[in-house]
Amino acid sequence: MGDGTRVDVSELEQMARRCRVDIVKMTHSAKSGHPGGSLSAIDCMVAIYGTCLRFDTSNPDWEDRDRFIMSKGHASPAMYSILHQMGVLDEGDIMGFRTLGSVCQGHVDMNWTKGVDFSAGSLGMGLSFGLGCAIAAKMDSSDRKIWVMLGDGETQEGQIWEAAMAAKYHNATNLRAIVDRNRIQNDDFMNVQMEIGDIGEKFRSFGWTVKEVDGHDMSSLVDVVDWANSEDGGPVAIVANTIKGNGVSFMENNPSFHGKAPNDEELRIALEELS
Amino acid sequence: MSAPSSGGASRDGYGKGLLRIAQDPRVVVLEADLGKSTKSCHFRDEYPDRTVSLGIAEQNMMLVAAGMASSGKIPFASTFAIFTERAFEQVRNGIARPGLPVHICGSHGGIHTGTDGSSAQSIEDLAIYRTIPNMTVIHPCDDISAEELTSQLVDLNGPSYMRTARNKVPRLYEDGSKLRIGSGSVLREGGDLAIISCGVMVGVAISAAETLSSEGISCTVVDMHTIKPLDVELIAKLSDSCGAFVTAEDHSVIGGLGGALSEWLSTNTSTPLEMVGVRDRFGQSGASSELMELMGLNEVGICEAARRAISRKL
Ligand SMILES: Cc1ncc(C[n+]2csc(CCOP(=O)(O)OP(=O)(O)O)c2C)c(N)n1
Repeated sequence: MGDGTRVDVSELEQMARRCRVDIVKMTHSAKSGHPGGSLSAIDCMVAIYGTCLRFDTSNPDWEDRDRFIMSKGHASPAMYSILHQMGVLDEGDIMGFRTLGSVCQGHVDMNWTKGVDFSAGSLGMGLSFGLGCAIAAKMDSSDRKIWVMLGDGETQEGQIWEAAMAAKYHNATNLRAIVDRNRIQNDDFMNVQMEIGDIGEKFRSFGWTVKEVDGHDMSSLVDVVDWANSEDGGPVAIVANTIKGNGVSFMENNPSFHGKAPNDEELRIALEELS
Repeated sequence: MSAPSSGGASRDGYGKGLLRIAQDPRVVVLEADLGKSTKSCHFRDEYPDRTVSLGIAEQNMMLVAAGMASSGKIPFASTFAIFTERAFEQVRNGIARPGLPVHICGSHGGIHTGTDGSSAQSIEDLAIYRTIPNMTVIHPCDDISAEELTSQLVDLNGPSYMRTARNKVPRLYEDGSKLRIGSGSVLREGGDLAIISCGVMVGVAISAAETLSSEGISCTVVDMHTIKPLDVELIAKLSDSCGAFVTAEDHSVIGGLGGALSEWLSTNTSTPLEMVGVRDRFGQSGASSELMELMGLNEVGICEAARRAISRKL
């Protein structure tokens, strides 16, 4: 990707659908993992990977690639499904998810998986890491861009706001954060656990340029990603309003599918809905 | 900003070491509002474009360093030893786990730090960082060795933690002295006992060895500036030649240099070991020398431990 050609929206929607199939199959096969936050994030990720991320699938270690930092590392099935659909991982790789020796570790890990730029699993760290990548890119006069995918629950971590403050101070115009605003965290809805309020406004108050988007409307996503990619007054944050579990009816807006895999019957229904 | 001081505080050596390796364009310095204290300020003065100020936000600093390391830089991030600990999990998960070459310097380590009181006196840093896979853990004894060891970090292909001390101590090395990360430096040789020490206690160990020699006890003194990986080859040799050990450190007796030595000795030998260190308690305000007395981190403490160790020889 990254050659500037725009893929058409329905093709991206098809890719996202195939990713969703991967996500439910992977978690079913592992009997564990995090389908909910993978399904909510996947359309945003497809829009980014499918339209603008400079990334060479035959050389994932290319130094001057854009970076994609999956800070909410538990949504690893989303990451692996993208890499699968782009041909970096094969079916065997993703179906080994969470098993001993698999390149698809429970949480995304840069040492285990080609095409993964960050070792996550502990929430709150990815924006800082992305900022480090952004500062390094500027020092090297490289125009590579750094995308960071955050969970909305994750923004409860103070370190996110340390990074938000530092990104503006260091004029990280090459840094883009996208928040998966699905309003559910681990135990329950955010307004039960710890409501953070207007996340976009908080980023704005730290000097970021912010837009909100429907995180499941591919055509709006393509537009906002295109805007973010070319916006140079950043840092830029996109708050994507999403539905946890999106695409699988019984997982949608259902906190219990944050960290629970579908059983055999649930897989059957999910695949039917996604066909 | 004043030029690096000519005294023997290891933090000054860190500052000079950064200047020595500055010609490598990959070297970058990260600060959390304590650059004047950790002495990274000298690098900042000379190379502002390669210095990143991150404010009083240590957790962010550690991951910014990791991101920069993943992009080909060699980051040196410093703050007080105690405040690196706030970001322990960031160091563990964000730096060490992916094996990124980030070099953390914690200055003002130990009770030697003095009047600031117990909140500033890290006595557990060596222990906690030592437990992390991939980490190299270093604690130099003076400015000259700190400068040399800092400069060697550029070639270390993985993360490290270096503790430096706030206060000046007598210099034990000369410019150009040979020392290497991972190899203990034998500063004095003797056949009855080996005193393995690090940081500000190395000088104290040498004085103690002199006192002991007047009692007819001849001691080897090692500056074990690298706590991990531990120079077990040297320890094995000294176990054979001396047959008894004392460790001396301005750190808890739990998990630091003494801990490292006891782990190895107890599983490989029956050689006795006595430890001089902070006995599982917090410090308080006071002059460095007063606190070292109070905690038994002095010549008397080492000599008593030496006699105990020798009496336990088989
Ligand atoms: C520092 C840290 N604390 C706790 C957890 C356990 N945990 C994993 S996912 C999660 C909830 C995350 O919520 P959110 O960021 O909104 O992710 P999403 O809903 O998009 O899956 C928690 C608490 C963690 N991984 N890291």
